[in-house]
Amino acid sequence: MAAVDLSTELGGVAFPNPVFTASGCAAAGQELDRFFDVTQLGAVVTKSIMLEPRSGRATPRMAETPSGMLNSIGLQGPGIDVFLDKDLAWLRDRGARAVVSIAGGSVDAYAELARRLRGRPGLTMVEVNISCPNVEDRGQVFACDPYAASEVVAAVRRETAPEIPVFAKLSPDVTDITEIARACVDAGATGLSVINTLLGMVIDTTTLRPVLGGITGGLSGPAIRPVAVRCVWQVHAALPDVPILGMGGIRTGLDALEFVLAGASAVSVGTTVFGDPGAPLRILGELEQALAARGFARLADAVGVAHGRPAQEYVPQDADPVGDEPGSPA
Amino acid sequence: MPVQVQAEVLSLTRVGAYHAMTLIAPGIAEQARPGHFVALQVGGPASSMLLRRAFAIHEVAARGRYGGTVQFVFSVHGGGTQWLAERRPSDRVDVIGPLGTPFRLPRERVVATLVGGGYGAAPLLPLADALRERGCRVDVVLGAGSSDRLFGALEAKRMSTSLAVTTDDGSAGVKGTVSDVLPQVLERTGSQVVYACGPMGMLRAVAELAESRDIPSQVAVEESMACGIGVCMTCVLPVVGSDGVTRMVRSCVEGPVFLGDRVRWADVGTVPADALGAPQAPAPAAPDEPAPANVGGN
Repeated sequence: MAAVDLSTELGGVAFPNPVFTASGCAAAGQELDRFFDVTQLGAVVTKSIMLEPRSGRATPRMAETPSGMLNSIGLQGPGIDVFLDKDLAWLRDRGARAVVSIAGGSVDAYAELARRLRGRPGLTMVEVNISCPNVEDRGQVFACDPYAASEVVAAVRRETAPEIPVFAKLSPDVTDITEIARACVDAGATGLSVINTLLGMVIDTTTLRPVLGGITGGLSGPAIRPVAVRCVWQVHAALPDVPILGMGGIRTGLDALEFVLAGASAVSVGTTVFGDPGAPLRILGELEQALAARGFARLADAVGVAHGRPAQEYVPQDADPVGDEPGSPA
Repeated sequence: MPVQVQAEVLSLTRVGAYHAMTLIAPGIAEQARPGHFVALQVGGPASSMLLRRAFAIHEVAARGRYGGTVQFVFSVHGGGTQWLAERRPSDRVDVIGPLGTPFRLPRERVVATLVGGGYGAAPLLPLADALRERGCRVDVVLGAGSSDRLFGALEAKRMSTSLAVTTDDGSAGVKGTVSDVLPQVLERTGSQVVYACGPMGMLRAVAELAESRDIPSQVAVEESMACGIGVCMTCVLPVVGSDGVTRMVRSCVEGPVFLGDRVRWADVGTVPADALGAPQAPAPAAPDEPAPANVGGN
């Protein structure tokens, strides 16, 4: 089988391949490096970091759901100082490409985080997590309001070195994701990370109370994959020149291919890592095979193909699995 | 260094209300120490259950006819453990281990009391072995709801100087809980260290009894985990560090074994206000206004 050129480019920065970890599902890479060489990934996307240490929410923080899970971690983390000294330094020394996810409660906090990251060796890209609770906007999240989203993105873009891409991570819990996407890009976002978790809830029918300590939580895993693919599709259709980092329930190389075909130039593997720590590298191998089997010499040629742009040589074959069979209890 | 193994099921047996599964898991057995745990995928490759199930390691055989084997004990709680209970010899399961921080062993010969609740006794039996190899005296207290939920009483009797048993319903041993008999055991034996594994309520009682007598304790906690390898941050509990600062720490990496007097037992399930990074006093919320929603709170 012919080798596939898996390299990809996000906002002028080249990555050797398109498979990244997902923020919040890989810590800062060290734990996963015991299971596979994290430098083999396109990049390690770190758990969203805030200015100050943060304890997160009360337990229980997790509930398994059909083909998914809810989490209400609440952005537990050591704060930017410890992160820079320990986590980012480790990633740099290890030789991994680091995409640093940042989260704040105010526009100023995001700006300050971006300032602290500026010029740091090892920083490859910034992902702005605008889907966390917004203390300045009365329970709203930045990513649910185009104005709030654009304020944050503009501040981070202003404070970030021009050669470092700034991606805004979008929430699917909006009426029109392309409206938020456009606002972020107009504010200076290099690209978009699509999608964050969906707000969900589980009630314990024995205790008659919500399962999660935080009451609501973010739903992730293969259960949300069709929602994520739809969002990537919509954003790519609306903004075809804006690079997309796609994520949401990717479990196999074919799942990753769906995101690429919908318009993602790279993908993040998240919740699947909890059950299968080696998944990102496995998915990378599967994606390469899937591309080769369809006659793609370059990953870049497959980006957005589902929209019916350039005609492809590939002729679908019945024997080739394209997803779960109908009726399977996936 | 934990390893991921496609392990073959060697045996699955019923032990009272529990199941004991033995896996041929070379690489895990050799490294396992008492208190370590394993995390298993459940439901097969296309499973709708994404998260691993974690179990304390019971017995290991590093060498032997089948190479390294690892045994753990579980009780059927839901779909995942039901699937495990339906495995048969020669089936394969995906297992990661050994995980976590194991029990620390004393350097000197000490008198040790081991307290197990239900199948929480599983990791204590190999611990008893390790302690006796070091010349320690080992006394065991086992408790359970009923006699079919006692685990390891025969083995414990064989390897300990004394064994005390309690059940909630009185179907075996003393009717009551381990904390009813533990004070007398500690006094009678002159115990210098207490090790415990079982439900959180029991661990709290044991840790507090030990602390009130200035006896150090080590407890293996049960917190629900999504990953077991330290990346998901779901299995946290408030623990006081050697610097006196309370942090929300992971029971899968920093634990599951903690010093009993370092766990903020009364605050488990909450984030104490003095924990590192705890939310500051919230602004008064308007009535009927929900707290800020957690969208993508990871």
